[in-house]
Order: sequence, then structure tokens, then C-alpha cells
Amino acid sequence: MTSAALRSRAWKLLEMVTTPLLPSDYLDLVSPLREGADLRGRIEAVHPETGDAATVVIRPGRGWRGHTAGQYVRIGVDVDGVRLWRAYSLTSPTHRRDGRFTITVKAIPDGKVSNHLVRRAKPGTLIQLDQPTGDFVLSQAKPAKVFYLTAGSGITPVMGMLRDTELDDVVMVHCAPRPQDVIFRDELHDLVADGKLRLIEVHTDTDGVLDIARLDELVPDWAERETWACGPAGLLDAAEEHWTGHGVLERLHTERFRPGIVVAGDGGEVTFSVSGKTVAADGATPLLDIGEEAGVLMPSGCRMGICFGCVTPLKAGAVRDLRTGGITEAEPGVLIQTCVSAAAGPCDIER
Amino acid sequence: MTAIDPTAHLTSEQIEELGRELDAIRDEVIAGRGERDAAYIRKVIAAQRKLELVSRGVLLFSLFPPAWLLGTAGLSVAKIMDNMEIGHNILHGQWDWMRDPKIHSTTWEWDHVSPSEQWKHSHNELHHTYTNVIGKDNDLGYGIMRVDEDQKWHPFHLGQPLWNFLNACFFEYGIAAYDLELGKNLSKRRRKNPEFRARAKAVGRKIRKQVLKDYVIHPLLSGPSFLPTLAATFTANLVRNVWTHSVIMCGHFPEGVQVFERRSIVGETRGQWYLRQMMGSANISGSKAMHFMTGNLSHQIEHHLFPDLPSNRYAEVAVKVRALFAKYELEYVTGPLPKQVFSAWHKVFRLALPNKETEVRAPDRERELVAA
Ligand code: FES
Repeated sequence: MTSAALRSRAWKLLEMVTTPLLPSDYLDLVSPLREGADLRGRIEAVHPETGDAATVVIRPGRGWRGHTAGQYVRIGVDVDGVRLWRAYSLTSPTHRRDGRFTITVKAIPDGKVSNHLVRRAKPGTLIQLDQPTGDFVLSQAKPAKVFYLTAGSGITPVMGMLRDTELDDVVMVHCAPRPQDVIFRDELHDLVADGKLRLIEVHTDTDGVLDIARLDELVPDWAERETWACGPAGLLDAAEEHWTGHGVLERLHTERFRPGIVVAGDGGEVTFSVSGKTVAADGATPLLDIGEEAGVLMPSGCRMGICFGCVTPLKAGAVRDLRTGGITEAEPGVLIQTCVSAAAGPCDIER
Repeated sequence: MTAIDPTAHLTSEQIEELGRELDAIRDEVIAGRGERDAAYIRKVIAAQRKLELVSRGVLLFSLFPPAWLLGTAGLSVAKIMDNMEIGHNILHGQWDWMRDPKIHSTTWEWDHVSPSEQWKHSHNELHHTYTNVIGKDNDLGYGIMRVDEDQKWHPFHLGQPLWNFLNACFFEYGIAAYDLELGKNLSKRRRKNPEFRARAKAVGRKIRKQVLKDYVIHPLLSGPSFLPTLAATFTANLVRNVWTHSVIMCGHFPEGVQVFERRSIVGETRGQWYLRQMMGSANISGSKAMHFMTGNLSHQIEHHLFPDLPSNRYAEVAVKVRALFAKYELEYVTGPLPKQVFSAWHKVFRLALPNKETEVRAPDRERELVAA
């Protein structure tokens, strides 16, 4: 018998020994980060960056496959005893020798997870992890000229790129309210001093919001540059329009952190058919929230429509996509993202 | 339905006010739920797993009597923890708010021959909704016993002390049969029902796994200690069964607990529902350790009022609930375990024999039921 077959037999036997639990339920007690366990990580340190941002150093479990600069990771953190999942960009270079990675989190007003991570997370805490993902990454062939356009915490995936890959000609325009709000400011200025980066800071408290037309004067050759832009929807919408207007949209790569929510729909009775619950929903609240409120175990991830960690079969009725206003009607095999879908009339969700 | 209605002095306004006061207690706990509670259940689960692991380890050497004793005691406690404070409460959804898929009512499986799914239906849905309603709540005597004077007597009931004793010893099998509604479903016509067959199959699978683990694999692993380990696991299951049966009997059977007629719950308001839970349940008084080992079902009254609040909160809730009983001049049935167990058993014996009232009232009652 091959060793793999032997091992699988031994595992089967072990399962009989531990039924109704699994062997892993016991192994998790002693070694939660081992190979083969559900992917988890341990917070090893939290370093403040600005008044409301911090970098969290995480040691991932053995199953971690590593990331590409610019990608994000979904993490599940227990806040006040409740497990909440959010997605954060990785800010550490790939292949750090010590096997750890970092995310940099900005506390947003009323943000449960972000405030917890920035202000209360303690080293030693276990968190849940997914493999890193996302296609906001540098192209295989190194571009000759690069432009990074960022605002606020939109700098985090770009910082991951800057730290990872040295490029010959990089310009960055970064917007933040005040100089002290610029995350990684010292490190950015070190790069500037070493001649590795041309940096333009826009301080919106004094300079006002960046007018995209000013790019011509700030970065005269912007249209020739391969551009990565990340920040609030307003900035990205303006950028997309601008790049389109100049016929160079293929050079623009964007990453959106939050969907722009559109007008409320009709709402209706939502049935969660697996758990046998029926609740009333309005047309503006994501079905994910509705389900969680009703005590249904809803899978989730980023909660903003990018990770597909929340997809669930729609068995009957219709839902409205909160980002686009588009209506999806039930059909066999139709899956919806519950985090960005609201009831558009009565519907049946298979959870 | 007992001779004197102990709630007769309450006006319907008072009953609704009582309901609002109970809702307020509930809201307060929910608002305060958090890290401390999550840490509690995680700690209990980890402790249970370690205890079970160590006890099974010790039983590998159960050829030596001290190891047998220690291992058996440890395993009995571990099984009780798994069933009561952990399994029963998780399956009630008491910890669903944590959103941890590993500690969730939809994913939890317990060390018990009745599959979680089936037990949740018969227990959470039927028993907790129709608490103590004759003909609707099958927990009332589990369909094999007469637990109230107003239930019709049948010669079969003469044997009920024996049925109850056997049920206590093999309680988990009793529960599995009960969840399957075996009595009803074994009739020729129903036996073939595919839905029933699927459920029976699931129970069969679960029994096979449980038996294999307890009575084959672990004894085999013990080698020369095969027989002592077998005896130890059997004993641990017996202890767990008798213990849980006793605790559960104390919840609804002691003297002073009310039962209700089917039609009394038609159009029941929230306040009336609460009141029925209050009058239909009984507590066990005792130490913290006692509450823990009963899975906090010693706070049966509080559990029935708020079945989905985390069990570690029942003790603090009990203080407020008890004050409400006093305020509304209702009897809070409670007592130490031996007293409550005795009371419940006494009733089992007493009702094994017919009583006068029943003979007079039974025909009447039946007509009422038909009408309802
Ligand atoms: S939670 Fe990420 S797509 Fe819905």
C-alpha cells in the first residue's frame, strides 16, 4: 500500500475514534496553525502608523500559499465575541524571510473590525484567514513608467507593490487630509530621498479634493504611464472618466474598497429556506445583514462585493444589486452575492 | 387545568405587562452579550475535549482498577458536559450569534445517538413551542407515561415506573426513538414513508458510529484492557443517561408544575406564552457546580422563557425572573435535586394507577378535545 493510502486509512480510523468530532477538533487545541488545519493566523504585533492606522503583523498557518504584491486577504476576527470578516490589502513584500505578512488598517468611523484591529487587537490572538486574492497586481512584464494614484487607505495595496518590486520610473500622487494622516509617510520620503520615487502629496484639508484635470500639471506624462489607482469611489470614478476621455483606459487599473450604494428598492419577505426563517426586508439592506440579524449562518467575506465569499443560491423571487441597481431573478443555478444584494420583492435564499 | 388555576388572579393587562418585563430582561442580556460569553463557551468546549482525551487515555490501562475508576468517572463527566452545557445549548442556537461555524446550531453534532438535526426539530420546535400542552408536547411523559391526573388512564400505565426506569438507563436511545416518533411511525402504513425511512437511516448510521467507537474501537485500542474499557464506556453512558434523564425529569414533572389543554393555547398572546412557560417548568437549586453539570437546565424556568440566551447567563437572569414570580404572586417551583427527583418519581408511581377524577372527567375532556 502506498504511504498516502496508508495515511488516509489511518485518518479514517482516527475519525472513528473521535466521532462525532473530527481528529482536527482535538489537534486544533494544541496546534491551530499546523499543516492541514483550517487556515488561521496569529497576530504577533500591532504597530501604529498614524493616529488612526496601524500595521498588523500576522503569522499565517502552514497552509498559507503566499501572495502577489497588491493583493488582499480576507480575515475573520472575533470582535466582542462575534466573528466578522473583512478584506485588507497586504502591505508586506512577498516572501518575507520570517514567514509573516502584514496588513495595514485604517480605523474608519463606526468600523467594528478596523477600530478593533487598530486599537484593541492583542498579540497572540488567533484570527481566521483565507488565501490572498485579487488582480490589482503588477503585470508580468515590468512596465517602464508607472503611476500610482491613491487616497487615504487606498495607499495600502500600492505600498505592498512599492515594497515588493523596484521599478525604474515611479510617480505617486497620494491624497490625505493632512501630512500626519499620510500612512507610511517616513518610508515614502526615504524612497524619495533614495531617488526611487517621485511623490506628490495632496493635503485635502488645505488643498481641497484633487481635481483630476490637475494631473496634466502634476504628472505631465500620466497618459503614457501604466497606472494603478486605489481610493474612494469618487476618485476612481473621476479617474475612469478621465482615462476614458483620453482613450487610454487600458492603462488604468483600479481597486474599489466600497460599492457605491444606489437608491433603495422595494424590499419584501425574505425566506431562508434551509433554516426555515422568514423575515421582512427593506430594499436597501443587504440580504447578508438581514440573514445574520435573523440568526441564519451566512457565509461572508469582504462584505463589499469582491470576494464571492457570500454567494448563495437564489431559489425564488428577485434581488437588486445595490451597486448597479440591476435586478437578478431566480433561475436554476443562479447565485447571488448576499452582501451587495437586497430584496426586490419576496425572495427565497437557500440558507 | 389542575383543579385551581394558579394564575386566575391575574388580569390580562397584568399578563401582558409581565410579558413586557420579561422582554426587557431578554433585551438586556442580548445587548450585553460579548467577548466574555464567547470565551466562556470556548473554554468549556476545550475543557470537555481535554477531559475526554485524558479519560480515554487513562482507560487504555483500565485493567488496573484505579485507572478504571478514574477513567470512567472522567468519561462520564465529559459525556455529561458534551450533552448538557455544550450540546443542548449550542443546538438551541444559544451561541449562533458568535457566527463561528464550528460552534453553531446548524453544524454541531453531539456525542449522542440521536442526530442533532432530528433532536432540534422535536425538542426546539415541538417541545419548546408547545411546552406542557397535552397531546402536543410529546415530552410530557414521552408518549409512554401518564404525568397528569387529567390524562386518560390505561392499564399500560401500570408499568410506567418500569418504563421510566428503563428509559433512564437507555435515555439516549429513548430520545432517538422519540425524535423518530417510533410509536406512531412503526404502523404499517407509515413505516414505508420515505421521509421517515431517511430519518431512521440517519439514526441507524449515528448509532453504528457511536457503538463502534464506544464498544469496539476504544476497547480494541486498550488491548489487554479490552473488557474493562468496554465496561467503562458502558458505565459512562449509563451514568450520563441516568443523570440527564433525572435532570430533565426535574424540568417539567415535579409536583406544582402545570399542564395545559390544547385549546388553551389557541390565540395565545406573548404574555400568555411566557406565563405558560413559567407555570410549566421547574428548577433545581444548588451550587454552581450543580448548575454547570445540569447544563444550566437547573434554570429550566429561565431556559424555557429564553431558550436561546447563552446558558452562562441564566443564573443572573434567574434573580430577576424570580422577583417577577414574587411580584405577580406565582409559585416558582424549585428545590434541591433529590427532592425534585423524588417528587417526579412519586408522580410517576402515583399516576400509574387510575384516579377518580379522570374517570369522571375523561369523557368530558375527550369531547372538548374533539371540539378543539
Ligand atoms: S462578502 Fe465578499 S462578495 Fe459578498
